[in-house]
Amino acid sequence: MNGHEQFADDLALYAMNALQGDERLALEKHLSECAACRRELEQLRGDTALLAFTTAGPRPPQRSKQRLMDAIAKEPRGNQAKEEAHVSPWWSAMRWVLAAALILMGALLSRQNNQLNEEILALQKQSIEQQADLVRAKEIVATLTAPDAQVVAVVKANTPPQPQGKAIYVRDRSSLIFIANNMPVPPPQKAYELWVIPKTGAPIPAGVFKPDTHGSATVINPPLPAGTEAKAFAITMEPEEGSATPTMPILMMGAGE
Amino acid sequence: MAALYDRYSAIVYSVALRVLGDTGVAEDILQEVFLQLWRNPGLFDASRGNLAPWLAVIARNRAIDALRKRRPETDVEEVFVSVEPDLAGEAERSRTMEKVRSVLGQMPAPQRTAVEMAYFQGMTHTEIAEKTGEPLGTIKTRIRSALLALRKSVLA
Repeated sequence: MNGHEQFADDLALYAMNALQGDERLALEKHLSECAACRRELEQLRGDTALLAFTTAGPRPPQRSKQRLMDAIAKEPRGNQAKEEAHVSPWWSAMRWVLAAALILMGALLSRQNNQLNEEILALQKQSIEQQADLVRAKEIVATLTAPDAQVVAVVKANTPPQPQGKAIYVRDRSSLIFIANNMPVPPPQKAYELWVIPKTGAPIPAGVFKPDTHGSATVINPPLPAGTEAKAFAITMEPEEGSATPTMPILMMGAGE
Repeated sequence: MAALYDRYSAIVYSVALRVLGDTGVAEDILQEVFLQLWRNPGLFDASRGNLAPWLAVIARNRAIDALRKRRPETDVEEVFVSVEPDLAGEAERSRTMEKVRSVLGQMPAPQRTAVEMAYFQGMTHTEIAEKTGEPLGTIKTRIRSALLALRKSVLA
């Protein structure tokens, strides 16, 4: 309020709408230019509100609330009626054009809607089929990897059980499933490692595994380079963390056809 | 709106009744103030103060307009009200009211009369000066210092 002292008293009157004439006009001009005085005016209005609070006591009759609620309930219709009364002829004509445009747009949207519905149905059908495939795939994997699965190697009668493995590999998907039976327990800190022997290049590590108490083990989809053409699959004994190159000797091996 | 009415109708009604001394017209003011808020809730800017003092100020201004049978002088959109204590709660309003009543009670009678004439009777400073026989400057200063005393009391 520094430099605004001449307006200080007038502001208090103005806050109460009690300032008139030239003084009011002069103050309003000053207010339009002075943020500090506008803030002070807000404060002074707040001060007048304190005066208003001293009147607290009488409560309005109950009918006042009902009257207000009734008026509010009628309010939207009142506004609409007011708008109707002020419709110009130009707007009236424009409304018909807009209505026609909306009908046309509605027809187009309806057609588009039908096409979209058909697409949705086709996608739903596809989705159901994919879900069924997924369930079947999950069941296969669950059976292969279940800790309580009974894995039995069926061999010629009266033949002592031999360690054996079966690798199922699909090159285009880089997908490999390996199942082993009758594997001896590896020494401490050691594990078996499966290798893909490509047609060209060095052996590719395809997963480290330890057999369970029944000598069974599975390796499902180890990370492999895409499109590797496998010549053979081999198993070596390696440290538990696996190796980048096989440690001789090769314990088991099978060549692809 | 019903909840706002339950919370704030008493302050709007009581200030209008104090100004007008007529329950029927006070009810009209009550109706008008809440309908305005209903029609345009954006009128009240919550970032610039809370609702209770804003409603009190609007109600008082409308009541004075009705008393003096004049058209509304102040556009409600222009009314910003700033009060330091939070007056949203009834307990806080009640405490504040006690402080303000106490300050008013201790005020010299000519000062209290001047501020009440301006606020509750809607008299201009010129009218107050004529009625009391006091100089214009004195009336102005009394009214401002009265408002500042109220502010100080609630901040204390």
